[in-house]
Amino acid sequence: MCALCGVVGGKGHWTDSAAAPAVFANRIEPHTRARERQARTRLLNAVLKYHGIVVKDWSGSSYLLTSLTGRTAIVDTIADVWPAAERLAGRTIDPLDEQYLETLTKPH
Amino acid sequence: MVEYSELTPVNIITGFLGSGKTTLLQRLLRSPDLADVAVLVNEFGEVGLDHHLLQNVAESTLLLENGCVCCAVRGDLQKALRDLLSRRTRGDIAHFRRVVIETSGLADPAPIAYTLLSEAVLCHHFRLSGIVTTVDAINGAEQLNRFPESVKQASMADRLVVTKADLSDEPSLVALRQRLRSLNISAQILDSTQISGNLHQLLTDDIYDAAGKFREASHWTAEEVDEHSSHTHSSDVQSFAAVFDRPLDWTAFGVWASMLLHRHGAGVLRLKGLLNVEGVPTPVLINGVQHIVHPPSHLEAWPDADRRSRLVFIVRGLQRARIERSLAAFNELVNAPSMMPDQGSGQPTIRPVTKIA
Repeated sequence: MCALCGVVGGKGHWTDSAAAPAVFANRIEPHTRARERQARTRLLNAVLKYHGIVVKDWSGSSYLLTSLTGRTAIVDTIADVWPAAERLAGRTIDPLDEQYLETLTKPH
Repeated sequence: MVEYSELTPVNIITGFLGSGKTTLLQRLLRSPDLADVAVLVNEFGEVGLDHHLLQNVAESTLLLENGCVCCAVRGDLQKALRDLLSRRTRGDIAHFRRVVIETSGLADPAPIAYTLLSEAVLCHHFRLSGIVTTVDAINGAEQLNRFPESVKQASMADRLVVTKADLSDEPSLVALRQRLRSLNISAQILDSTQISGNLHQLLTDDIYDAAGKFREASHWTAEEVDEHSSHTHSSDVQSFAAVFDRPLDWTAFGVWASMLLHRHGAGVLRLKGLLNVEGVPTPVLINGVQHIVHPPSHLEAWPDADRRSRLVFIVRGLQRARIERSLAAFNELVNAPSMMPDQGSGQPTIRPVTKIA
């Protein structure tokens, strides 16, 4: 637990470095946990932009989600991001949705 | 912290009513390599099992709030496994190195897998090793036609054992094997009469077993992959291998897979993969059952010269083209200019404070 904010250490996910040494320990170049979280947060923002959700890494242990109307949620893992984002956005999030894929694949 | 590969492996033996699960289990338990196995059975059938660690499990399922049947904790199994663990720790029973669960003929293997992989205590002591499904050579085809339970048991298997093959004829057997392959592109299909020497490998080979992981992964890629076709079936179950020429970005794959399994986990019966991950020289192995994915494993070397990522999907009611397009889009996204650090990440920009003299 963090003594300053009282946050209990988050649970793990199969994509995390702790659960996936097969991916992180065998890399040609070092890939730190912080670097992975930064990359993941950037990608979460890109894929949730369509739903009006902004994601921030919170203390390296959780994700802080904010909707366009200012509603927030704090979640532990990327598996928890989706139900929370759906709640905040008020609609389902589907990576196979045709319209969503159209938006995602538009030239940036 | 205990490595995932060091947890006690659990095998599920499933199959439709009368398909020969108990007979197969009896044969397996006679193998000297499987002497230290604890067995949990759903029901005591007509074929008696003589084993020193045998426990009966009444079937009951505790449905979770989200109502998805595959994400249900099997309360009976939870209790039985916790009890086994406790007795092993106290030394009340002989030490066992593996657990085999024989399900009832109509059981859905998914809640059993979910219980093992997600229950708070069990997930730190046990891991799912593999699902073996028996299919009756005489009645199997008809059962697959009529019973969705039978289709699901076959679709979720890591090994498909065709039983009573000696009582059937060759054309029927060929048709049944083709049918099974159409449902499950990645499972090893065996005839029970042909299994002899390395019988224990039926249970011990998995992607966390140092001796068996290479053999296990080879089944996932053994089938000649036709990139423009997939095996479809009237039951709406589709089995295909998606091949990606370019290395996959781990961040993109993880975010995509967790989003897919959140929305469509009930429809993704199995997800297995031999991945070429960007920046990782060795192949990464992925193995998932519906909403749950095991911690990834890896092979020390590529099986052959082919370095492409191969993802095996066994899905119900999902479109192959949409799945492939979606993963490719996520993978492309990480290379987009807007994804470079400090550029358009969606985070509020911190502006320098202007000093007022």
